[in-house]
Amino acid sequence: MGDALLCVRGLKVGFPTVDGVVKASNAVDLTIQAGETLALLGETGSGKTVLGMAILRLLQPNTRIEGEILYRGRDLLSLPQEEMQKIRGREIAVVLQNSGTSLNPVLRVGDQIAEAITLHRGLKGAEAEAAAVELLERVRIADPARMAREYPHRFSGGMRERALIALALACSPSFLIADEPTRGLDAVTKHEILALFSEINRGRSVLFITHDIEAAATLATRVAVMYAGEIVEIGPVDAVLSSPAHPYTRGLLESLPARGMRPIPGSAPSLIAPPSGCRFFPRCPCSVGRCETEHPGLVPVGPGHCARCMLYD
Amino acid sequence: MIDVCDLKTYYSTGFLCRTEVRAVDGVSFGIKKGETLGLVGESGCGKTTLGRSLLRLIEPTGGRVVFDGTNITALSRKDLRRFRPRMQMIFQDAYASLNPRMRVRESITEPLRIHGLEDRAGIGRRVRELIEMVGLNEEHLNRRPYELSGGQNQRVVLARVLALEPEFIVADEPTAGLDVSVQAQILTLFRDLGRDYHTACLYISHDLGVVRAMSDRVAVMLKGRIVEIGPTADVLDRPCHSYTRRLVAASSADRGFSRPAPCPALPGSPVMVEVQSGHWVEAAAR
Ligand SMILES: Nc1ncnc2c1ncn2[C@@H]1O[C@H](COP(=O)(O)OP(=O)(O)OP(=O)(O)O)[C@@H](O)[C@H]1O
Ligand SMILES: Nc1ncnc2c1ncn2[C@@H]1O[C@H](COP(=O)(O)OP(=O)(O)O)[C@@H](O)[C@H]1O
Ligand code: SF4
Ligand SMILES: [Mg+2]
Ligand SMILES: [Mg+2]
Repeated sequence: MGDALLCVRGLKVGFPTVDGVVKASNAVDLTIQAGETLALLGETGSGKTVLGMAILRLLQPNTRIEGEILYRGRDLLSLPQEEMQKIRGREIAVVLQNSGTSLNPVLRVGDQIAEAITLHRGLKGAEAEAAAVELLERVRIADPARMAREYPHRFSGGMRERALIALALACSPSFLIADEPTRGLDAVTKHEILALFSEINRGRSVLFITHDIEAAATLATRVAVMYAGEIVEIGPVDAVLSSPAHPYTRGLLESLPARGMRPIPGSAPSLIAPPSGCRFFPRCPCSVGRCETEHPGLVPVGPGHCARCMLYD
Repeated sequence: MIDVCDLKTYYSTGFLCRTEVRAVDGVSFGIKKGETLGLVGESGCGKTTLGRSLLRLIEPTGGRVVFDGTNITALSRKDLRRFRPRMQMIFQDAYASLNPRMRVRESITEPLRIHGLEDRAGIGRRVRELIEMVGLNEEHLNRRPYELSGGQNQRVVLARVLALEPEFIVADEPTAGLDVSVQAQILTLFRDLGRDYHTACLYISHDLGVVRAMSDRVAVMLKGRIVEIGPTADVLDRPCHSYTRRLVAASSADRGFSRPAPCPALPGSPVMVEVQSGHWVEAAAR
């Protein structure tokens, strides 16, 4: 494949809990090209955030991780801590879900951004502060000079999300992981943030984790869909959204209020003891006999478009 | 069920030069039993503040909130406590509204106890019922918030609120962060609550598609004021206020919907004008 920036191979992530190991990621393979935006859609709890955090190596220490995560050819999983720290600062940045908890509540927003700028770009004092205000302006926070002096709790949900994007941009990363960055934004603001992202993502790779199918459609070049710790469909954005191959993806699209709001019956399977065959089998309207016992692999269904389903074997 | 009259909530900010943020600035509306009022508006326009003020989770600066015939803005803290279980709020940030040390089971049991359910078997049964109702399963009962995904936590919060069987719910973007299938499940659940238990609901959301599916009426908020309110289809298909029109245009831009129909000319004084039966618009901002 062309210019792979990031290449995830056979990634398995397990969290030990009192009831057993939660297998949040089951042999995930994923490649992100330089300059591309890949949208990651999928079920709540299917392992999207975990995948992003695994790439950044920000999972809690007792987590079991197997596989390879190659970034520019180097395996991030075997890098020493301090090397990883450098990559996290300068190369890969993240905009996190739960913005309420990822800004430091006792520091002024402008100071937090200035600190990151000092750390990554070497600007100091007034210069760094000015650059912070500039970043806040770039993410379209009204009255940026005044807001830079405010504490995060004074920001509304939408404003905090913008501040976080500014914080992530402080180090001019070449790879950005954004976890639901448009969550909690009103339609007009969301529109603006998406426009902002389509500026930011020029010349930069972005892993865009979202539940917002329209946002994925506007921003991404490719889409991956996750279900119960696995990628069940991946392909060019138009192909996946206009002719979805996997029954889960189809169900997801039909759940949209504008498309009838028909939820997929049943609930997500256990990740401690997942179904042994196809993980979607208990809820799948199209299942065939062997779906219950055989675990399907990802098979091609179109140009650059794959689905994990027996129907295409 | 709930009647709000000229409600105001101001925050004062800054230590040296005090400035006042008028997060809610004179808002009036009513919600009937079993009715859902959708509330939309810009980030930071004061929706959350309004929702919290209704339940006196923040003290309003002025105005009145009448719940089932009782003026709750005039109640003492102690009397207010009796009303608490009847009025519930589902917060925007699920993670922050759960006790990080409590397992899911305890989180859901707690409100059941408040509600007077005592016997262990009954509690156990109800907890399982609730957890399934929101689309989780028993394996999640022993986990703590940090061991669940954002969306799973949101469902735990929902189960907690449903446990109390409240008569009025303020739902602040309860499906933000959920995938659209779970969203559809939860929205259906909400709709059934209104229909079967006559729960009144203030439904705050940024997703006009969701608001359209959920609400009987819609209110549009701008800088602390309600600038347009009326039956859902009227407001979203024939928006009159310039902000509502922008909102509708932004959310339909990607889908290629048609532009909103023109609306009647309005006089230029800062008053609410009834453009159609039950459809009111603030006229000054045009
Ligand atoms: N504790 C506070 N002190 C000062 N200002 C505050 C405080 N809480 C909120 N605000 C301000 O009040 C306004 C309304 O905030 P609120 O959180 O209610 O907005 P919102 O409509 O819910 O926005 P969003 O949809 O983005 O969450 C914002 O301008 C915000 O900055
Ligand atoms: N620290 C943890 N301990 C145990 N289970 C976890 C932990 N973090 C996440 N999980 C589980 O892993 C799965 C994936 O979570 P996550 O990636 O956050 O989902 P989402 O796709 O919504 O972002 C969920 O089933 C969640 O319960
Ligand atoms: S493999 Fe079978 S059960 Fe799984 S999605 Fe395909 S048809 Fe459905
Ligand atoms: Mg997540
Ligand atoms: Mg809010």
